[in-house]
Amino acid sequence: MNDLPRYFDHAATSPLRERAREAMLTLGPLANPASTHRAGQRASALLEEARERIAACVDAHPTEVVLLSGGTEAVNLGLKGLWLSRNQGRDAVVSAAIEHAATMDSLEWLERQGATVHTVGCSPDSVTHTDVDLGSAAMATISWANNETGVLQPVEPWAAAADEARVPLHVDAIAALGHVPVAFRASGATCMSIAAHKVGGPVGAGALLVSRAAKLTPLLHGGGQQRGLRSGTGDVAGAIGFAVALEDALAELEQERLRLSAFAARIREAAKRPGVRITGETAERLPGTVHLTVDGANAEALTFLLDGFDIQASNGSACTAGVVQESHVVRAMGVSGAPLRLSMGWSTTEQDADALVKALPDVIERARASR
Amino acid sequence: MSGGVDSAVAAARAVDAGHDVVGVHLALSRMPGTLRTGARGCCTIEDSMDARRVATALDIPYYVWDFSERFQADVIDDFLSEYAEGRTPNPCLRCNEKIKFEALLDRAVDLGFDKVVTGHYARVDDGANGIELHRASDEAKDQSYVLAVLNEQQLEHCWFPLADTPTKELVRQEAEQRGFALARKPDSHDICFIPDGDTRGYLNEKLGTSPGEIVDQEGEVVGEHDGAHGYTVGQRKGLRIGRPASDGKPRFVLELRPKERQVVVGPKESLGVTTVAGERISWAGRRPEGLEDGLDVHVQIRAHADPVPAFATLEGEELVIRPEDPLFGVATGQSAVIYAGTRVLGQVTMDRTERVEPATV
Repeated sequence: MNDLPRYFDHAATSPLRERAREAMLTLGPLANPASTHRAGQRASALLEEARERIAACVDAHPTEVVLLSGGTEAVNLGLKGLWLSRNQGRDAVVSAAIEHAATMDSLEWLERQGATVHTVGCSPDSVTHTDVDLGSAAMATISWANNETGVLQPVEPWAAAADEARVPLHVDAIAALGHVPVAFRASGATCMSIAAHKVGGPVGAGALLVSRAAKLTPLLHGGGQQRGLRSGTGDVAGAIGFAVALEDALAELEQERLRLSAFAARIREAAKRPGVRITGETAERLPGTVHLTVDGANAEALTFLLDGFDIQASNGSACTAGVVQESHVVRAMGVSGAPLRLSMGWSTTEQDADALVKALPDVIERARASR
Repeated sequence: MSGGVDSAVAAARAVDAGHDVVGVHLALSRMPGTLRTGARGCCTIEDSMDARRVATALDIPYYVWDFSERFQADVIDDFLSEYAEGRTPNPCLRCNEKIKFEALLDRAVDLGFDKVVTGHYARVDDGANGIELHRASDEAKDQSYVLAVLNEQQLEHCWFPLADTPTKELVRQEAEQRGFALARKPDSHDICFIPDGDTRGYLNEKLGTSPGEIVDQEGEVVGEHDGAHGYTVGQRKGLRIGRPASDGKPRFVLELRPKERQVVVGPKESLGVTTVAGERISWAGRRPEGLEDGLDVHVQIRAHADPVPAFATLEGEELVIRPEDPLFGVATGQSAVIYAGTRVLGQVTMDRTERVEPATV
C-alpha cells in the first residue's frame, strides 16, 4: 500500500518507514535512560544500542554520536560549537555558498559574534569550487550533497585542505545520508550533521558526529548527558526509529540507487524541452533527486500545476509562511529560471514515476505560458 | 484568502456552489516573517495561518503566492510617488486594480481557472449593459468604490459571493456556524503596509522631511511645516500657524504644492470644489453612452463619502464632473467614482479641481 502517492519531496521529509514506526511503537513504557535504577538501565541499554547501530551505519565510534533533536540542531551545534572553541586569533569561517539555511543563518549569527565569513562559489551545476584557501581560518563547512540540487560536493579536497591547514571541518551530510555511502571517520571531517527524517526515520531525531579529537563547546547546559555536549534526557524512541530507518536505507542502498536512477533518467528525459536546464547532468549526484530550472516560468506555477495532477513537489526549501523564496543556490549557480526539485525515496513507485513523466511536459509548457 | 472573515465565507460559498475551488493567500509584504503587531493590518504569518485553517476546514488546496515585488512596484511605490506629487492615493484601490484583479487574475486564468472569488462587498451582474458592477446590499460595507477601477475584462472574471448579504454581522454568524475560528476577528481598517496606522510617520520615514512654508491664498507666508506630505486637503488641526487669520476664522488646508514645498491654507468656503477632473479614466463595464453631451450621475470622492448628484461630461481626454453643490474635502489622487443608481459606471483619478471663487470682501 502506498499512503503517499506521487510524492516527490523525499528531500524535504522522507515519510516514516513502517519498520521504524513499529520499532518505536513496540518499545513500551520507558524510564529515564540517565536514571541509575534498573528501569533506567533498561532504557539506557536501548538508547546505547541505538547509538551503536547508528554509529556502525556511518563509520563512527558510538561515543562520537551525539543524539540531537534534528538536522538544524546538529548544524547549529557543529558550527557554533566549533566557533566557540576556536583557537585564539582565528576568526575566519570558510563556507560553501550553497549551504542549507541552518548553516547560512548560523553563519550570519556568527558574523554578529565577530566571525568573518568567506563563501566559496560553485559551478553552474552547483559543484562547489575546490581551490579553497583555509589559511588560518577558525573552521570550514561544506555539504556532502546539496539539499536543493542533489549534486554531490567535493568533500574530499575540502577535507584535505582542512587537514593541511589544521582547520576543523564541519560536513552537512543531511541530504546525502541514506542515498549515497557516508563514512564519517574516512571523510576526515571534525563534525558531521545527520538527520533521521531524510532517510525515513522520525522527524525530531538527528545527530552530530563529533570526532574525539574535536574541541566543541556545548550550546545546551543541564544534566551533562552525552559527554556534556548535549544535556537533556535521551530520546530512546527517536534513536531507535533513526537506527532502524538508517539500517534499512543502507541495506537497500545499491538496489535503490539502480531503481531510483532509472526513474530519474526517465524524468530528466521528460523534462528536456526548450527553456529547461537540468542541473548537474554531468556531475555526480544523489540517485533519486532531479533538479531543473525552467526559463520564463513562475516557480509557484510549476508546483501548483503539478499539484493539479496530485504530484507533490517543491521548488527548493520552504519557509514558515509557505512562501516560495528565491533560491540562493540557483543564484550562486548563476542560472536563471524557476527551480523545480523532484526528489524520490523508498516510497516512490513505478506508477509514481509514470504519472510524473506523463504530466511533466504539459506542466512545464503551461508554467512557461503563465504570467 | 486574506485570513479575514469575509474571504473565508466567500470561499465557503464558492465551495458550496459546487465549484472547483483553490485557496490563495497573497504574500505582499517584503518581509514574509513579519508577525502581527496588533489587530490591524494584514498579510502577516498569523493571517496566512488563519486562511490555511479555513482552507483545511473546507478541504480545498491552499497556496501562498508571493506578489511582493509587484505590490512594491504597483502599490507602495505608487503610493509614495503620489504623495510626493502632493496627491492622496488610495492604495487599496490600486491593489485591486493591479494585484488582486490583474497579477492574481492573470495567473489564475493562465492556470485554467475561470474566476477570482473575493470577499468584497459588491455585486457583478450580467445586466442590460453587459457586465455590470453594482453596490452591495449592505450599504454600510459596500466596497464598490475600491472596485470601480476594474474594467470589463476584469469584471468578467470576478465573483463576489457576499454581494447580497444584508449585513456583515450575518457573515460573521455564518462563519461561526461553519466553525471558522476567525469569525470574530476584527476588521482591518488601515493601510496594510502601515500596520501601526501612522501614515504621516511612514511618509516622513520614506520620503524624508522637507520643511517649507504655509501660505494663504494671497501667497503670504503664515507658518512653516516639516513636509507637505504630512497634510491632507481639508485638514484643520495641527497647522501650527502662528497668527490668526484677518477674519478670525479657522483656516484649512486648501492645496499642496510639493514642488514649491508649499501648503496653501484658507477659509472653509474656499474648500468647496465645483469641478473635479482627470484623464486616468476606467469604465466598469461598457463605456456609457452620451458622455460627450453629459450624463446625470452620482459621484463619490472617497471610500466612505456619500454619493452626491453631479453632471459628468467627457471633454477631450478628460472626464469632467460637476457636482450640484460644492464638494468638500476633495483630495487629488483619489478616485471620483460615478454611479447610475447602484451601478458603477466608472472612475477617474482626480488630477485637477476647480474651486469656489474666494468671497470678495
